[in-house]
Formats: sequence, C-alpha cells, structure tokens
Amino acid sequence: MSPDGPWPSDEAAEASSSGPGAPSPETATTEPPAVDGQPTSGATGGWQKLDQRAVLVTAAVLFSVAAGICLPVLLGLSGGAWFGLGPRGGLGLGLLLGAGALLVLGGAGIEYLNWRRTRYRIGPERVELHTGVLLVKRRSLARERIRSVDLSANPLLRVLDLVKVRIGTGERSGGESTLELNPVSRAEGERLRTVLLGRPTVPDTVHREGVLAKVDPAWIRYAPLSVLAPVLGGAAAGAVMQVSEWFGAQGEVIHWVGDRFEDTSVPVMVVVLILTALIAGMVGALGVWIEVWWDYRLEREHGGTLRVRRGLLTARSVSMEERRLRGVELIEPFAVRLLGAARLDAVATGISHDDGDKHADLKSLLPAAPREIADTVAGRVLRETRTPTDAPLIPHPRAARARRLRWALLIVAVPAVTLVAWGLYFSSVLLYLAAGYTAVALPAAVFFALDAYRSLGHAISGNYLVARSGTARRATVALQRGGVIGWVVQQSLFQRRAGLLTLIATTAAGTGAYAVPDAGESEGLAFAADAVPGLLEPFLIRERAAGESAPDGGGSLQS
Amino acid sequence: MSEGATDDGAVVRLRPPNNTLNGRVVGWWRVQSLIGTASVTAVLAVLGMLIDPARTWLLVAAAVVAALGLLEAIVVPGWRFRVHRWEVTDEAVYVRTGAFWQEWHIAPMSRIQRVDTMRGPLERAFRLSTVTVTTASSRGEIKIEGLDHELAAELAERLTQITQATPGDAT
Repeated sequence: MSPDGPWPSDEAAEASSSGPGAPSPETATTEPPAVDGQPTSGATGGWQKLDQRAVLVTAAVLFSVAAGICLPVLLGLSGGAWFGLGPRGGLGLGLLLGAGALLVLGGAGIEYLNWRRTRYRIGPERVELHTGVLLVKRRSLARERIRSVDLSANPLLRVLDLVKVRIGTGERSGGESTLELNPVSRAEGERLRTVLLGRPTVPDTVHREGVLAKVDPAWIRYAPLSVLAPVLGGAAAGAVMQVSEWFGAQGEVIHWVGDRFEDTSVPVMVVVLILTALIAGMVGALGVWIEVWWDYRLEREHGGTLRVRRGLLTARSVSMEERRLRGVELIEPFAVRLLGAARLDAVATGISHDDGDKHADLKSLLPAAPREIADTVAGRVLRETRTPTDAPLIPHPRAARARRLRWALLIVAVPAVTLVAWGLYFSSVLLYLAAGYTAVALPAAVFFALDAYRSLGHAISGNYLVARSGTARRATVALQRGGVIGWVVQQSLFQRRAGLLTLIATTAAGTGAYAVPDAGESEGLAFAADAVPGLLEPFLIRERAAGESAPDGGGSLQS
Repeated sequence: MSEGATDDGAVVRLRPPNNTLNGRVVGWWRVQSLIGTASVTAVLAVLGMLIDPARTWLLVAAAVVAALGLLEAIVVPGWRFRVHRWEVTDEAVYVRTGAFWQEWHIAPMSRIQRVDTMRGPLERAFRLSTVTVTTASSRGEIKIEGLDHELAAELAERLTQITQATPGDAT
C-alpha cells in the first residue's frame, strides 16, 4: 500500500548515517547505481545533472531582488535627492552595495553547491532525484506511477532556452509526489516528457488526435469580466500609493487627485475613482489574459495524453494522462454566463487541491469561450459524441426554490432588522438606510435565489453523471460514473420536511466530491442508485412498486 | 431512466444500517459535551471575576452557556445514538451519522484504501474505539465512532481482509 515501498526509507537511513558533516560525493555517486546497476542513458550510470545555467538564473533573480530592495532604501537614504552624497551617504551607499553583492554572490554560490549535489536519473523502473547540500535528500518515483510531466519557462528561462520540469504521480498523500527539475535545457525537458509519458498506445479511430481546441483572439472579450479585474484595479491603486510613499510623495499624489476634483462633490469623486480603478483593472485583466492564453492550444497526443500549451512570456506546457481524467467541469461565472460563455476545467486525479491556487492552472482546459465551443471541446476531451455538459437536466422540486428564497430573505432580513433596531435606538437616519438597503438588496437576493434554483439540475448522460448548481459561479460537472467511489447523502431536518436531500458523489479526482444539492428525495436516491450500479441499491427501500422497480433500477443501466 | 422509480410512484428511501453503536457511547458523548461546556463556562466566569465593569454581562453569558450546554448534554447524545448506525456488507461500508443534519455514507469495499482504529484517552476510559475508513477521495472518509474496542479491532481486521481480497486500484 505504501507508494514507495521500503526503498526510499532505506536510502534515507543511509543518507543520515553518512551524516551531514561528512559529505562524500564519490560514495554517494557510486552507491545507488549498484542497486539496480543498469545504466540507461548517458554516462555515469545514467545520472544527469541539471543545467549549469541554474547558477546564472539564481544570480539574475537575486540581482533583481537585491535591486528591488536596495533601490527604495537608497532613495530613502538620499531623501529623494539623487546621490547628493555626504561622507555618511557614501558609507550608506557602500554598505548597501556590499550587502547587495553579498546576497547575489552568496546566493549564486549556494546554488552552485546545490547544482553540484543535484543529480537525477531516469532508470528502467524509477526516476530518481538526489538533492541537498547539508542534508542529502534522495527521492524516487516509480515510472509506472508517473501521471504528468509539466514544463514551464518564465521569460528568464526562455531567454536561456531552459525549462522547469515537474514530474507528478498524482498521489494525494503528502508533498512527496512531485519531483521538480529546475532547470534543464528545453530539449531535455521535451525528451523527459516523451520518455516518461510515452506508452504503447491503443489506436482510436473515432476520436481524433491532434488539436482539440485553439485560441480565438475574440475570446479576449470575456477577460475584463473576470473577478480579476476589480482585484487588479485595487492592486493598481495600492501600488500607486505605495510607490509614491517610497518617494515621499504620497501627500502630493493625494493633493493632485484632490485638485482634479475641485469642483465636484465627494460621491461623484468616489464613483469616478472607483471607475478609474475598475477600468485600469480591466486593462490589466486583458494583459493577464494575453500573457496566460497566448498561443493556447489543447491537443491530444499519441498515447492518450492531453496537452495544454499556452503563454506569451512564461511558456507553459501541461500534460495530463487521459487515464487520470474522471470528467470535466464547465464553469460559468455570472458575468461570463450573461455573454453566453463558459470555461472548462479537467476533473482529474492527482491535481492535489490542497496546494490551492498555486496549481489552479494545471486543471484548466479552456479559457472562457462561447458556450457551444466549450460543450464541443468537453465532448472531444471526453471522447463522447454527445457532450454530457449539454445534456438535458432533470430540474429539482419546487421545495428547493422555496428554500433558496427563504435563504435570500434571511440574508436580507438580518442586516435590515439590525439596522432598524439601531435606528429605533439611536437615530432615524438608520431607518432610511434600512429602507434603502432593503429596496436594493431584496430584489437582487430574490433574483439570485431564482437563478440558483434554475441552475439546479442533474442527469445521467451516457457514461457520465451530470450535476449543475450555483449562480455567481455556475458549475456543471460531468463525472465518469465509474469514477464515483462512494456516496454521501445529507439531509437536515428542514430538508427532510421538504422532501429534499443533498447527494454528494465522492471521487478521487478534482475536489474529491461533487454535490447535487436539494434533489427530490425519491428521485434523487433512484438517480444515485442508477448512476453507480449496485452501490446504493442494497441500502434502498422502494415502497409500493418495490418488486418491479428494483431490478429495473439496478439492471438496465448499461446504456 | 433515472426517474423510473418515481414514475412508478414508488417512494425510495435509505434504510437504516443494521447495527447500533455500543450503548456506552452516550456516556462518552455526554462527558465530552460537559467538558466543553465546563471549559467555556469557566473561562467566562473567571473573566467575569477579574473584569469588574463587564462582570454582569460575562456572568450572564457564562450562565447561558452552562444552561444551553447542559440541555445539549441531556438531549443530543440520546438523539445521536438513535441516528448513528453502521453496517458492513461484503460490498460496502454503510454508516448513518448526525442528529439535526443526518448523513449517510456509502463506500464500496473495492475503493477502500486504509482502515485505522483510534482510541482517545476519554474514549479508552469508556472502552470504546473509532474505526476510520479512508478512500481515495479527500472527502470520502468514513468514521464509525463509539464501537466496543474489541468489536472495533475485529471489524478493522475484517475490513482489511476484505479490502485486500478485493481487486481494484481504489481510484
């Protein structure tokens, strides 16, 4: 059951016994090849080093960090008066430059040692990676467990023709499932990708290999609608304040802005400023979109691997074995949905979500694109002729709508009642505020409640279980029925009275669980039993039509 | 097809799992609940003693917490005991938990990756154990609390045997 077997722990014991104080590279180099003794490629038992230019990369990064820290300090020291150096100013400058040089040279030196001590080998059975200057760390992955080889190159690496390679197994447990080679030459990166993912293939005549989707520049119109825009706008405003503070000019900036709005009232000024920030954010979002999705294409490669390539400055290549794929998720953020568009994420095992946003882009299959395109691509990715994300869904009972309306009322009522209570106690201004708030919030809440109800739906489409929910972020998941590894059924006291329940299909892929909220009790359970034959059936009671419907529910599913 | 059962007008329900927990679990839950209540009440009461201006409010809060906690300790464990049930067949583990919010968990044997038995200090005093069944899903964990510890050990043993005998890569 243990993924790595006893092997790595033996190695670790060896490593610690040799001790951090006595690093002897020679013995370390000769020992491990003796274990399986089969050199595969290159010299020295197949052991390879990272690209030597790693040192250069580190030096360059540290130089920019040093510059980034030193420059503001320098400006602070000289008080904005550029190099008006007294004797003390000279000392400060010298210290600063010395510290900067120490940082760069020291960092590069450590990186050099690191590079000396880092080796990797693609063996017949395992991929091994040895790292560490003081504490030698030896890790290995079984080749048959490798599920992804992802390449990425930021602009610096691209200039040097290098890439960063992440080799992943898709194990959920711990952070030990990924080996990172940073950096190797691009040719070596491509070689690793083909060698590690290349497997004997079963030819598929129906579903084509090659390009499944390609970017259409017109899709950029959805970029300003992303939630990124306001965030970037806020960040831009913050950055202006921060930089002006470095130069001791924050007050001037505020004054300058104030002067622009001399003749206008405060509310207008606020609105204009917010709009400016929003527009700046939208422009920023366009820029981000171009950087992220430039030259995007989704391909199916020989051997059942999906590959996404994209990026303007930082080039990324994400490969995903189709064996890992358990479905897709079609996501429609509210604003994007208004324009009839959707994006597509993969539901695959081994994209650990505890890493959070860091790896959010690893599951991304398609940027926001017109809904029909998203549906088509979903069908192509899943090798289905009828795309499951577009399947007609069974709506949920009216009681689900009533629940959503009640939540909406509650969400509006709590602040409103609080305001009224304070208003009666303190000042009647708050009463007007409460009235205004209710007048705005109530229709909005009701609208979203009804929209949330309309979003609800579930169905079985071929080999896929399809479930949709959400309003601000409507998500339609199409999950392989064979990928469901358990059910959780939830029912609160209120739900029981309304004859509803929430079905949660647990799976090894994606977020680990996909919910069908507020389905009708009988219909939902029958649906769950049909979706995964045999799993739920033994625990169900079918009353009245029990005798006839049970075999029907359990048997006639192989559609 | 999927709505077939309801088209017939059949009412589909989940049947309760076969086995109840050990009766001692009620005592264990009650003690846990009382310890929680007591610690919160104590903190509030001590603060009430120390902070003069807010004394009344803090002491009232302490009293309210104590009263609610006591009520919970009296009512909820019995309720939970009636809801909590479990069952292990050759194909699946089936557990019902909760009180106000009820949850039914079903995990097929072929997908079970790990079976753990755990006993906390308080649980040990009641001679109870918790069996945790883990699947490849991060959300698919099933806990059976409050089993007699001999029964729990037996169950874990049996589950491990069945899972090892069942083929499949659990994902």
